[in-house]
Amino acid sequence: MAATSPDLRADAGAAPANGGFLGWFLAPERRGALLVTPALAVLFIMNIFPLLWSFGLSFFNFRANRQGVPDFVGLRFYERVLTDDDVWQRFQTTAVIVGSSVVLQLIIGFLLALMFAKEFPLRRILLMLVLTPMMLSFVSVGVFFKFYYEPTFGLVSWVVNHFTDERFVMLATPAGAIAGIVVADAWMWSPFVMLLVLAGLVSVPRYLYEAAEIDRASWWRRFSTITFPYIKSLLLLAVLFRTIETFKLFDVVYIITSGGPGTSTETIAVYVYRMAFQFFRTSQASALAYIVLFVVIVLTSLYLYAVRRRAEEVS
Amino acid sequence: MATVTTPTPVRSPTKAKMRLPRRRQEIGKAGWGWTAFVGLVSMVYFFPVLWIILTAFKSRTDAFAIPPKLFFTPTLDNFVSVFYRASISGGSQQTDFPLYFFNSIFIAGLSVLIAIVLGTLAAYAFSRFPLKGTDTYMFIILTTRMMPPIVAIIPIFLMFRLTGLSGTYFGIILLYTAFNIPFSVWLVKSFFDELNPEVEDAARMDGATEGRVFFGVCLPQVLAGLAATFVFGLILTWNEFLFALLLTGVETRTVPVAMARTLGGEVGVDYGLLAAIVTLFLIPIFFVTFLLQNQLLRGITFGTVKR
Repeated sequence: MAATSPDLRADAGAAPANGGFLGWFLAPERRGALLVTPALAVLFIMNIFPLLWSFGLSFFNFRANRQGVPDFVGLRFYERVLTDDDVWQRFQTTAVIVGSSVVLQLIIGFLLALMFAKEFPLRRILLMLVLTPMMLSFVSVGVFFKFYYEPTFGLVSWVVNHFTDERFVMLATPAGAIAGIVVADAWMWSPFVMLLVLAGLVSVPRYLYEAAEIDRASWWRRFSTITFPYIKSLLLLAVLFRTIETFKLFDVVYIITSGGPGTSTETIAVYVYRMAFQFFRTSQASALAYIVLFVVIVLTSLYLYAVRRRAEEVS
Repeated sequence: MATVTTPTPVRSPTKAKMRLPRRRQEIGKAGWGWTAFVGLVSMVYFFPVLWIILTAFKSRTDAFAIPPKLFFTPTLDNFVSVFYRASISGGSQQTDFPLYFFNSIFIAGLSVLIAIVLGTLAAYAFSRFPLKGTDTYMFIILTTRMMPPIVAIIPIFLMFRLTGLSGTYFGIILLYTAFNIPFSVWLVKSFFDELNPEVEDAARMDGATEGRVFFGVCLPQVLAGLAATFVFGLILTWNEFLFALLLTGVETRTVPVAMARTLGGEVGVDYGLLAAIVTLFLIPIFFVTFLLQNQLLRGITFGTVKR
């Protein structure tokens, strides 16, 4: 029985083998590579090759709006980018937005998950209402919140005006503008954290809670010894995934504040965009983009490590 | 038991599937009181979307009224003005939005379709005939997706300018195909990984060719997954902004870019019009969110978290 399987496989390979080159080409041992090639080819042309190109560019003094042969400058742009106070300030802004948004998402997502971790009438429809923000486009979300923050007829200003007599312009102060972006982003992505936590919550065996009830364990003890161990690996995934994604935050900032007031909400992505497409410092932007890419690669490998660890836990 | 002689499968997808029904029973139950509470919270959470939809049906004065109006006479004016605007001569003239909606659908549809075909082939190979360094390939593929678009856009912009691809359908579709491949490979692979390889081996023993095993045995089993992948890809591409902003021209502009441009004129932004566009743009998203509720988590994490 065990012998038939390889025989048939050999047959499948042997039939085209009479066809010379084509047979060699379609041989079973090359099948995997053959199937993978088209996808990898497209990725190479549209992603890997351009990245190598811009890696090369980052060593030359090149501006996309000038003619002429760019001259080799070596690591000068990397040096300039890494010692530039502006860059560090953008990294700080990004860190503040990422940090506060992810924390907010964790809290709201967790509370939402607690709500939906039960079976009740109309659950599916209500869940849809909560999940919708996650599926919206960043531009739509930007439009929503820009409308709500609008000083004269926006809802937020209208509510605040009940308490103060002063005209409330949410996006006029750096703190207000950052808060505005964080709220929009957290509103959009808390449902994602909710889904992850929900997956953890429903995997907790009920008998553990029943046992805890018999032992009269306090709410906190039940949470820390039963619930938390079941959701912690998912929470880690949520934090890493959302950190990577929020790190890229561009569209919402671009729509709501375009980096202002001043440069107080300019995230690293917006900064690279400006540098490359408004000031045309193409090489310097490429160098900075490469540093960003490095951060993302590190975060992605951490994420995959967490995914693997969880897969081992579950199985 | 009789199972002693059968070799244990390397993956155990059946185990995971069997656990699900038991788990359903483990969720606590609650009644209508809980529904009322959750409904209230959900409505609050949903409110920003609801308000935009309401705004879309308001007249210009109602939309900008202070205090904001919750009750008003609905009008379709905003929706009409998405498609037609009054021209100077008194007649009405078509706007460019039908074109933008067509572009969004056409570009997203075609690129996702190509990406899924290529991605499925690759996913099948990665799942069934692992190459040397499959993990590395999968990591690189995922990185190209996790990478901020701003990193890739600089060289792609230059490349498109040199080759004359910017502003063409071909260019943006090719780019979005590349944008969707990583996602398709990871997601579809997660569906292939769940299948029981014994079924395929049985088919091979019955003399099925490799082609038949793929098209006749594996593919039908992941069809639902492919559909989910397709719809997810559509939404992601449909929502994409930065690439479209820099690489589409007047003829190939997509709706998000058009929205951003409508918003661009700081003074006197017509939020009623924007709300109508957003509302139209929302309709497919509602359907998808409802239909794919159970696949959302998996889709959005590229298949790395299944449940």
